[in-house]
Amino acid sequence: MIRSIIESELFLVTLTIGMFILSGALFRKTKLMLLHPVLLTAVAVIVFLSFADIEYVHYKESVKILDFALGLSVVALGYLMYEQVERLKSAALPVLCATIAGCVVGIAFVVGIAAMFGVERDIITSIAPKSVTVPIAIAISEPRGGIVAVTSVVVFCTGILGSICGAKLLSVSGVNDPMARGFALGAASHGIGTARAIELGAVEGAMSGLAMALTGFGTALLLPIVEKYLY
Amino acid sequence: MGNALSELVNGYVSGNIIGMLLLFGLLCTGVVKAETVKGCAKFLLGTMALFFVPFGVGIIDSYGVIMDNAVPIVVATIVSTFVVIVTVGWVFQLLNRTKR
Repeated sequence: MIRSIIESELFLVTLTIGMFILSGALFRKTKLMLLHPVLLTAVAVIVFLSFADIEYVHYKESVKILDFALGLSVVALGYLMYEQVERLKSAALPVLCATIAGCVVGIAFVVGIAAMFGVERDIITSIAPKSVTVPIAIAISEPRGGIVAVTSVVVFCTGILGSICGAKLLSVSGVNDPMARGFALGAASHGIGTARAIELGAVEGAMSGLAMALTGFGTALLLPIVEKYLY
Repeated sequence: MGNALSELVNGYVSGNIIGMLLLFGLLCTGVVKAETVKGCAKFLLGTMALFFVPFGVGIIDSYGVIMDNAVPIVVATIVSTFVVIVTVGWVFQLLNRTKR
C-alpha cells in the first residue's frame, strides 16, 4: 500500500516540487550560495530514492512532466527576448562575437583538458557539450557515442557551478555591464545560469536566454568538426 | 492564456529552441500578442531551475562511470566553465563599450 503510493508519479512529482519549494525558502533565509535550491533538491531526492529503493529509471519516467515543462520554459525564453528586443538590436556585434568566443573556448578547454588526462573517447564526447542546455547537449552527445547519463550530470553540475560562482567571478574580473554579465551566465551555464540571471534582472535574464540558445546552436555546429579533426 | 504557448508545443518535437525562436518571431511580428503569453511565460521562467532537478538525480545511474574518471571530469568542468564565463563576459563588454 505505502509502496504503491511512494512509487506513484503523483507522489514523486510532488516530492520533487515540494523539496524545491522548501530548499528555496531555506536558501532565501540563509543566503548561503552552497545551499543552491536545485542542488539541495537533487540531493534530497537522491537520499529519498536510495532509502525507498526506487530505481532512477522509474523516477525519471515518473517525473517526465518536468522534462516537458523544461521544454516549455525554454520556449518561454522567446518572450524574455522579445521584451528586450530593442537592446538586442543595438548589440548584434558583441552578441555574435561573444557567442563564437564562448563556443570555441568552451569546447577547446573541455576537450583539451580531458584529452590531457588521457580520458577515453566516449567520456570526452559525453562531456564536450557541457555548457549547453540539457535537451540540446543530449542531442549532440548521444549520436556520437556519448553516455547520456554522464552528459546530463555534467551539464547539471556546470549549471550549478556557473549559477553559484558566476556573478561573483564576473565582478572580480571587472565585467559590470549587465548585458555582458547575463550573456556570460547563459553561455557558460545554460538554463540554470539563466534562472540565476533572471533573478539578477530582466536585462540579464534576456541576454542569458539568448546566449543559451546561440551557444546551443554554435556548439551543435562546431562539435562534429572538432571531433573529426582534433581527437 | 496558455493557448498560444501550447500551440508552440508542436515546435517542441523538433527542439524547444526552435519553439523559443518561433515564439520570439511571432511576438515580434505581432501574430501573438505579448499579453497573451506574459503570465504563463513569467511563471515558467520563474520556476525553470526546478525542471533541471531530475538530471542532477541522474548521478545515481552514472555514478560508477563518473567516479572512474572523476578527476579529469571535475577539472575540465570547473576550469572550462570559469574560462567561458570570463571570456564571454570580457568579449561582450569590450565590444559593447567600444561601439558606444
